[in-house]
Amino acid sequence: MVEVREGLRYTRTHEWVRAEGEIAVVGVTDFAQSELGDITYLELPEPGTTVKHGESMGVIESVKAASDVYAPVSGEVVETNRTVVDRPEIVNKSPYDEAWLVKIRMSDPSELDRLMDAEAYRKFLAETAATA
Amino acid sequence: MAPRVTPLYERHRALGAKFIEFAGWLMPVQYRGIVAEHLAVRQAVGLFDLGHMGQIRLRGRDARAFLQWLTPNDVFRLRPGRAQYSMFLYPHGGVVDDIMIYEWPDREEFLVVVNAANTEKDLTWVQERRAERPDWDVVVEDISAEVGMLAVQGPAVERALQPITAVDLGAVPPFAAVVGSVAGVETLIARTGYTGEDGFELYFPIEITGFLWDRLLEVGADFGMVPVGLGARDTLRLEACLPLYGQELSPEITPLEAGLDWVVKFEKDDFIGREALERQRREGVPRRLVGFEVVERGGIPRTGYAVELDGQQIGHVTSGTSSPTLGKIIGLALIQQSAVGVGREFAVIIRGRPVRAVQVAIPFYRRCRTSRSSEARG
Repeated sequence: MVEVREGLRYTRTHEWVRAEGEIAVVGVTDFAQSELGDITYLELPEPGTTVKHGESMGVIESVKAASDVYAPVSGEVVETNRTVVDRPEIVNKSPYDEAWLVKIRMSDPSELDRLMDAEAYRKFLAETAATA
Repeated sequence: MAPRVTPLYERHRALGAKFIEFAGWLMPVQYRGIVAEHLAVRQAVGLFDLGHMGQIRLRGRDARAFLQWLTPNDVFRLRPGRAQYSMFLYPHGGVVDDIMIYEWPDREEFLVVVNAANTEKDLTWVQERRAERPDWDVVVEDISAEVGMLAVQGPAVERALQPITAVDLGAVPPFAAVVGSVAGVETLIARTGYTGEDGFELYFPIEITGFLWDRLLEVGADFGMVPVGLGARDTLRLEACLPLYGQELSPEITPLEAGLDWVVKFEKDDFIGREALERQRREGVPRRLVGFEVVERGGIPRTGYAVELDGQQIGHVTSGTSSPTLGKIIGLALIQQSAVGVGREFAVIIRGRPVRAVQVAIPFYRRCRTSRSSEARG
């Protein structure tokens, strides 16, 4: 079973967000890493980059496939996790903790309300699995 | 159309496999993970479900002569109990399929193993060619639905397999095939594979597949045997530079372009595709398959990505991956002959950006041969 952590917000493209004041810490979910398999390459926006809710802000590649990372909220990237860029396999091991990807200073925190909570995301995953 | 499944589908599910649709089949792409499975095959031993592959039986007095005409390798050099890598070619030199031909050790009969994606096309191709030789004594049969196929590959393969067979595996050289019992099941045991590692491919009555799979995993457990999906099968074969039909080989790519010159025996008698390949050899092969390493950050080159030199496209990537054994990003590309050369650079276009790559000698991976030297893919 994949882990869906309480207290985070989730996108339909399998990113998670942890709001810390005006900062959004962003990563990809346990489901995402499990679907991708062994992750071998990450491309993330540099600090200072402006990102927009729902738009691609990076790339995550596994042995199998390449996939976009979408910005769950709009704002400015204030920090990028260099460790995970150097060692992308951390995403497989610790998607919610060590492998946070970027921190974004939110320009519109109300965007968080458009995202799913843990319960809704769990339901979303169940529905995805049922139609797959 | 719903994809087909092999007799092992439920077992794969129970093992927690993830599936992909491949050539009309629903096959396990991975169980524990591609990298872990890949390394298990390089360091211990892995078990592969190859139930999707096709098998064609050729019998009759003229079967050998028929195969000799149908394929570019020299079937007259094949002996009972031996295997030969070869192809079916179109008259224009492109590839219908790449195949393995086994001559049964105990009877005048050939087993031709073909790619899952091509089984029907191949069968039609062979039947049509058969019809052009009405007076020849050749019987062509599709036996894919009767023959089960598993591969056991990795350095520990002999030790893992020996406890359940009376055949002295150490006496079976590469590219040899013997008939013997495995776990009590009469099996064609062939020292062939698609991983660049020592290993066997097993052919047996298809009803026995589940039983044999279970027994192999059971006795293999002590030797680190794990089930391996198509994901690692692809990374393993790519490190060893074994071609994948549809990527390194296709109707538009000749064996000479793919660097498989050794398969084409011009000194033998007539075969389909000969004229075109002789012309290509005489006039010069316009493009060539090369191996490369990506030498800067930028991502993984995938099949079909453009290859450029000084801003001009000179070819495309046929396969690329992050190599679990080497820890590098590697690939194969089909490029213009004029740009070929180990040490020379080109750019792979990844998501619209040129990423530097350098041509390297292939194969990327060659196993250490500890025992007798192999005659390899003869």
